[in-house]
This record gives sequence, C-alpha cells and structure tokens, in this order.
Amino acid sequence: MGDWRTITVPVLSSDSQNTFLYTSERKTSPTSMSSQVLRLSLPSSKNMHSFFSAFCTEENIEQSISYIDRELTTLGFPSIYAESKGKELNLVSMVNCMNELLVLQHKNLRAQEEIEIQHLKLGSDMDHLQNCYAKLKEQLELSKREIVGLQEKDRQLQSKNRNLHQLLKNEKDEVQKLQNIISSRATQYNHDMKRKEREYNKLKERLHQLVMNKKDKKLAMEVLNYVGRADGKRGAWRTDKTEARNEEEMYKILLSDYEQRQKQLLLENTELKKVLQQMKKDIISLLPPQKQKPKERPEDGLVLSDQEEDIGELNKENMWELSCETVREQLTNSIRKQWRMLKNHVEKLDNQVSRGHSGALNEKDVISREDHELETEKLELEIQQCKEMIRTQQQLLQVQQLTCDDDTTLLLQDCYLLEERERLQEEWRLFREQKKNFEKERKSFTEAAIRLGLERKAFEEDRGAWLKHQFLSMTADCKSEKMTTPSAFLRSSDPDIRLMRSTSRQRRPPSVLSPTVSPEPCQISQYITQNSVASEKPAADNKPNLWVESDDKEETEECTKSWEDSGLGTLCRNLHMEQLP
Amino acid sequence: MNFSELFKLSGLLGRFSPDGKCLASCVQHRLLVRDASSLQILHLYTCVDQIQYLEWSSDSLFILCAMYKRGIVQVWSLEQPDWHCKIDEGSAGLVASCWSPDGRHILNTTEFHLRITVWSLCTKSVSYIKYPKACQQGVAFTKDGRYMAVAERRDCKDFISIFVCRSWQLLRHFDTETQDLFGIEWAPNGCVLAVWDTCLEYKVLLYSLDGRLLSSYRAYEWPLGIKSIAWSPSSQFLAIGSFDEKVRILNHVTWKKITELEHAATIASKQTIVYKEVEKSPTVGTERLSFPPTRELASSLFSTQSKYDISQVPVSLQYIKPVADRANPKVGVGMLAFSADNCFLATKNDNIPNAVWIWDIRKLKLAVVLEQLCSIQCFQWDPCQPRLAVCTGSSRVYLWSPAGCVVVQVPGEGVFQIISLSWHSSGDSMLLLSKDNFCVCYLEREE
Repeated sequence: MGDWRTITVPVLSSDSQNTFLYTSERKTSPTSMSSQVLRLSLPSSKNMHSFFSAFCTEENIEQSISYIDRELTTLGFPSIYAESKGKELNLVSMVNCMNELLVLQHKNLRAQEEIEIQHLKLGSDMDHLQNCYAKLKEQLELSKREIVGLQEKDRQLQSKNRNLHQLLKNEKDEVQKLQNIISSRATQYNHDMKRKEREYNKLKERLHQLVMNKKDKKLAMEVLNYVGRADGKRGAWRTDKTEARNEEEMYKILLSDYEQRQKQLLLENTELKKVLQQMKKDIISLLPPQKQKPKERPEDGLVLSDQEEDIGELNKENMWELSCETVREQLTNSIRKQWRMLKNHVEKLDNQVSRGHSGALNEKDVISREDHELETEKLELEIQQCKEMIRTQQQLLQVQQLTCDDDTTLLLQDCYLLEERERLQEEWRLFREQKKNFEKERKSFTEAAIRLGLERKAFEEDRGAWLKHQFLSMTADCKSEKMTTPSAFLRSSDPDIRLMRSTSRQRRPPSVLSPTVSPEPCQISQYITQNSVASEKPAADNKPNLWVESDDKEETEECTKSWEDSGLGTLCRNLHMEQLP
Repeated sequence: MNFSELFKLSGLLGRFSPDGKCLASCVQHRLLVRDASSLQILHLYTCVDQIQYLEWSSDSLFILCAMYKRGIVQVWSLEQPDWHCKIDEGSAGLVASCWSPDGRHILNTTEFHLRITVWSLCTKSVSYIKYPKACQQGVAFTKDGRYMAVAERRDCKDFISIFVCRSWQLLRHFDTETQDLFGIEWAPNGCVLAVWDTCLEYKVLLYSLDGRLLSSYRAYEWPLGIKSIAWSPSSQFLAIGSFDEKVRILNHVTWKKITELEHAATIASKQTIVYKEVEKSPTVGTERLSFPPTRELASSLFSTQSKYDISQVPVSLQYIKPVADRANPKVGVGMLAFSADNCFLATKNDNIPNAVWIWDIRKLKLAVVLEQLCSIQCFQWDPCQPRLAVCTGSSRVYLWSPAGCVVVQVPGEGVFQIISLSWHSSGDSMLLLSKDNFCVCYLEREE
C-alpha cells in the first residue's frame, strides 16, 4: 500500500539551509485526505492513550466501534464490519486497519522526528543568519561612518582644491602681469638700444672724422721694399671687367660645388640602385618556394604575376639607366609588393617559430601574457566576489528598509516559505513530466503486447489453415481421380478457402477498404481500446491519442508487414483508422 | 712619445708655421723662429714692444706680430731677415690684426670697430672697410682664400659684405635677418656661410656665396641660444652647440636637423665607454730610495700621476650648477670640433667642465666620454687622423683615438701647466703651451 502514498523528506541543499517537506501523492487521492492523515498523526502517543481510555467503555462499545468504523471508512480504510453479516465485526479487517494505523503512526512519528530535527537545524541556521545579519549591520554602520568620514575628507580636499585653484589663478595673473612687464621692458630695452646705437654710431662717425681726416702722421706703413705677390702676378686695376670676372668666378665656384654635389648624389644613387637591384634579385630568389605553392590566396597570385613581370623587367637592365621619373613608380610599386610578400613570409616564419618555441622557452613576452591572464582571472574573481557582496548587501538593505528589526525574522520566514513553494512547484512540474513519460512507456508496452498477441493469433491461424490446406490437398489428390466436377467442391462453404480469399483481399492497399468488413473489426478495436484504458493507471490524464499519433508512422509499416501474413489485417487496419482521425 | 725641453714663452704665443717647417714663439718683445724638428733657433726678431699677437702668413714666409697697446703691427720675413715692415695705426688704435689668405695683405681693425684697414705688402694701396661689426667672429675667409665675409652694422641692422680677396672688390652686400649678429663662419667648401645670432635668440642663417638665404634654423625661442658652431670638414654637417646643453646637427642638403646630442650628467647607455682619469700614487721600490733623495726621484714622488680607468655605466659626471643671474653663465656646449675624417665630434659642456664628449657621427651616438680630474682647457683633433689631444691645465696631455686613450706625463722639473696645445700639420708632433713655457711633443708614427 505504500506505493500510493509516500512521504519523502529530501534535503535539497545544505547550503541554502532551506529544507522543505515534500509529499508525493497519488493524483486520484484528494488533498483533503492527506491533510486529514497528517492531522491524525499529530497527537503524541501519550495523548492517544488517554484519549483511548476515555473513549471506549463497556457501555458505549457499540457506538465506539461504529464511530471508529465510520472514521476509518472516511479515512479510506475498509469497513471493520463484515459486510455480509451486518453489525458483526470483521476481525481481519480490523486487525489490518490497526496495523495500518500503527504503521502510519510509526511513519508519522519518524516524519515528526525528522521535522523536529529539521526545525532544530533551521533554528540554528536562523541564529547563524541572525548573527550574520547583525555583523553585516555593524559593518554597514561602520561603512556608513567611513563614508561620512570620507565625505568630510572629500569636502576638505575640495575646499583645498578650490584654494589651490584660486592660488593658481592668482599665479597665472601674476605671470601674465610679469609677461606684460617683460614685454614692455623688452620694447623699452630695444628702443633704448637703438637710441644708444644711433648715438654710438654718431659718435663713431664723429671720431672717424676726427681721427681720419686729420692728417695723422703716425698712420703709415714703413716697409723696406714691397714684395711680390704670392701668386707672382701683379695687382689688377679695378674695372667693370674685373667685377664681371669676379662674378663669373663666383658662379663658377658655385656651379662646380653644385656639380660636385650632384656627382656625389649620382654616385650615391647608383650605389643605392645597385643595392636595390641586389635586394630585388635576392627577394626573387628567396620567394620562389611560395610560387610552387598552389595559389592559395587570390592576392598571392596577383603578386606572383607582378613578380614574373618584374623578372622580365630585370632583364632589361637598361631600364635602370633611365631617368628615375619614368621608372620610379613602377620600380617602387614592384619593390613594395615584393617587400610585402617577403614581410608576409617572414611573419609566417616568425609565427611558426614562436609557435614552436611557445611552450619550451620562457620568452618574456609569453610570461607577461600568462601573468596578464592570471591577473585578469584574479581580477574577474574579485569582481565576482564584489558583485556577490554588493548583492547580499543590497538584499540586506532592502530587507532592512522594508521591515523593522522585529519582523525581519517573519519576513525572512515568508521569504523562505515563498522560495520553498516555488521549489515545490518546480519539483511538482518535474514529477508530472516524469509521470507522463512513464505513462507513455506503459502505453507503448501494452500496445506492443497487444500486437504480439494478435500476431501470434494470426500466425496460429495461418498455420492451422496451411495444415488444413495441406491435408485437404492431399485428400483432394486422392479424390481427384474420383471427382468429376471440381466446381462443386469449390462451391462448398469451406472456411479455409474463404480465409484464403480474405487473405488475398487484404493484400490490397489499405486505403481501399471494403465497407462490408468494417463493422466487425470496429468492435474489436473498441475492445482493445477499452482494454488498454483498463490497463492504464486511472490517474492518467494525458492524451493518449497524441502519443499514438506520434508513433503512427513506424507502427503502420510494421503493421502492414505483419498484417500481410495474418488474416486479421483488416481488423488491425481498422483499429488504426479509428485512432487516426 | 718624446718631449723637448721646456722653452720660455709669453702670452701663449707659439705657432707652427703652416708648412710645418718652423716654429715661432714669443718671449716678451722677442720673436724666435726655430726649426720645427731640431728646435734650433733660425731667426730672432726684436719688436718694439711686448708682442700680443702672432700669426704666420699662409705661405710661411712672413710673421705678423701685433702690439695692440701701441697700435703697431710688425711683419718679419723669413727669407730676408733684414726686411722689415712696420704698420702704425696711429690714433685710431688697434684691436685686431690678421693676415689675408694670400699672405700679402694685413687686415687691421681699429678701436671701436671704426674700420678695417687692409694694408698691402705688394703695393702702396690701402683699403678701408667701414662699419665692421663689433662681434666675436666678424671676419671670415673661405678656406681657399678667395673670399672674405665681413659682418657689418649700419643703422641698427646687420649686413654682410663678401669681398673678393684678390682685389678687395665687393662682391655681395646683403642684410641678414638677425637681431644682433654674433658670428659668421664659412663652410669648408666655401659656398655656404653660416650666420648666427646673439645668444639671446637661437637663430642660424645659411647664405649662399651669392647672397641667397638658403635656410634658417631655429630650435627654440626664449632661452639662451647658440654658444658655438662648427662645420664638419666635408661641409656636410653643421654642429650647433647651445646653452641648453645640446648639440644639434644640420645636414647640408635640406639644412634640417639630423639629430640632437644631449649632454646629460648621467651616462646610462651601454654603448658608451667612459674613461675616467684616476690618480695613482707612484710606487717606488725601497731599494731605489736613497738619502738624500735625488731631485728627480723627489719630484716624481711629489707629483701625482694618473691613468684612465673604464667606468661602469651608469656614470654620473661632476655637474656644476650654473649661476642663473650672471651674464654668460657657464652652461651649454661651448667647444666643439669635428675630427679631420668627419667621423667624430668632440664637445665640451661648460657645466660639466671635466668631461670631453666624443660622438660617433656615423652612428650619431655618444661613443666615448673622457672624465678628467681637472676642467678641460683645450682640445684639438689631429689634422690627419681621428686622434684627439686634450689638456686640462695639468702637466699631462691626454690623447684619445678609437683604439683607446692614454695619459702622458710631460717629464721635467717644475710646474708645467698645459693650458693650450696645437698640432703640427703633419700630425707627428704637438705644441704644448703653458703660461710661461712651451714644449714640443713628438709622437711616433705608427707604421
């Protein structure tokens, strides 16, 4: 009997410290009943004794018995009276009831114990949480104080900042003022300088006149004899011609300088060109391995074609001697492309190398990355923790805001109850789903069993028919010599032959159904459905049709096979037809 | 390495002749000309007063001795010792005197930069250049001696005049975009003239021989600007040392900056070798000690010796914080010179006075730093090979070449504080000058 009423006390999670009672019941049993049972199990054993001693006496035994009977029947137990003999007690049933009651009592006691333990646990949890709450409250208080302190500090700093800003502004003003002063001084100084210089120039002029104009006897050169010029030439007269020659010479010098410079540049240019050429050759000789590769990327192919062009170009060495303007663009482009290719190649190689070395050698870069990752992980963890902290604090704050200190416990209880209810509902939903699945399975089993039975039956019949036929044919062989009219034999209402005909008929496609056979299988199908329903649990409230539909397609195939052999094919098909719509 | 004995000298006036055959030196008002190899006195000339300036003519035939106090220049001939020439600037005074590149003309700048007088030794002609600018480097000749550039100041504006030296004819005259021109310098190829502005403004202008402005360069605006400038011998680079302790190198094609060489007090680069001069106490074996000690030994005992150590980078150099409120602060790159092969650049940052920085121009990187015990007085590249001679006011001369560097103690008694040096044109010997003495240092030629 224990299979239709179970009391389980699962402890879902010790962390959440929320344990709840979970009662699973049969769907059919009303909830009121369970509540009654629970109520019955509530009084303790001591109370029960006293209750019983007071309850039944010699005088009211009848009434008591009837009362108990009534109570028991209302509780769903069978009557303790023997049904056939009116008021006579059915001892067996009474003992059963007693036993049942005792078992129930035990169970209830156990449940009660568990609940008490649970209660204790919950109580301690509650204490713990209350402690936690108090602590957090303290913390909150502390943080609030801290916040106030920090705010104060902030305010002070802000005022300081303001002062500093003021100072800065003052300083700026000062700087501006000083700059103005400096600039004014500078202009003053420049002005003075100019004035002084003019004066000085005037004085110089005057001095010059005084010193030079006066025939200075001293101002002279005593020389024994004039010497020849260093270059052996004689001094030339100053004429326009000499001036022009001077100009010419100057320009000559300048020109020669520029020419020299140009030569240098040319030399440098040719050197660079040589280097470039060499580089180009090297690049081209380096790159061929890429060429042999199938053209993986479209751009690769493009570049390759360019490269081939360039090889052709290279052969025309004269191109290099052309002035740069015509070749420059081409040259730079091709070089750039090749360089890009080379770069890609080198990068690829680098990647390979780095991949090869990544594990073994402790390159600083790798280490730093690892460190970085570690750091980020750490930080993420910290963030997570902080978030959790914030959340709990928020919750606590909300709780505090909503309720006064006194009814926090109530609120907490409410919260827990709500949570519990939700979890129960969730569990209930799961359970239902499970049940549905079970029922599906059961149904499939029954269907399979039915099919098996039918098949067996068909097979047996087939066998019978075959044996009969064999036998008949044997006899027919014997008789044929004597028989003159086989048609007469055919006309005889032999059930086997009819059966054969029916088999031949049922080999038609299932869509073409003869209406003549339909009534009979309909009844059978009805029977089958009834049977399946009977075998089902009465509590099944899901839709069996849905399930049948889903399994339909594979079933039909199987069925047609078996039906072909069996004589009951039409029957089964009709059964199906009935379910399909 | 051999050293001559010490000879007397005044006013740091000792010069090798351009042809390298003779060596002229002054002692008060006497001019001595010696044979450069034997150091025997070839000629002795006596001037009217204490010589303040000495210059060989380009053909090594004449020597000019200037006596600024008297406003007199005396010229002596090596070929004809009897020949004499005396130029008196009279009441105009004299502040500078120099040879023209042909060695037949003398350019005298009068006091207050009233004018430059060009005296000829060939003819009686005298030319005047008016309004020369009173600046550090106002006259510059091209290396081939054809042209002379003179900075002028007229009506509060700077001008440059280019003269043809052969006839002293004016070739070009143009104004420059400078506030207050400070110096001019021809590129060695004689085609580009670098003009830089006063230190208040960072500005370099590059003019072609025909007066066109090729380019102007300005690194920054407000702080003190250019302190020194040097052309590379190939005319490819123009190195500009400035008060911000950097050297900027311009190229000769675009006249844009190629690189900036920073003179940081800390050297961290592993590619730089830092040679540090360290003192070493002389080790004298006890058996060599005698009583009374010989003078030589005593002097060697009391004179400290030094050697170079290679410092491990990073190295912090001794840094002098410049006085900000004084004029001409001791900060920035004040000396710079390219080696003869253009490959190296030696610089000195004035607020790290004990260090010579040698930059590899091919790599544009700091190659070597020589950290001395005393502040650098002078350095000069060997005219023939990348070899740098450095003096620090001690009796030691320091030589660096890419192969390494050495400290050479000048032997002899008494104090000999080398404050200047100059290479012989062959690069085989060197003149080491102190305030009162000089000696010649002969280097063995490497075979």
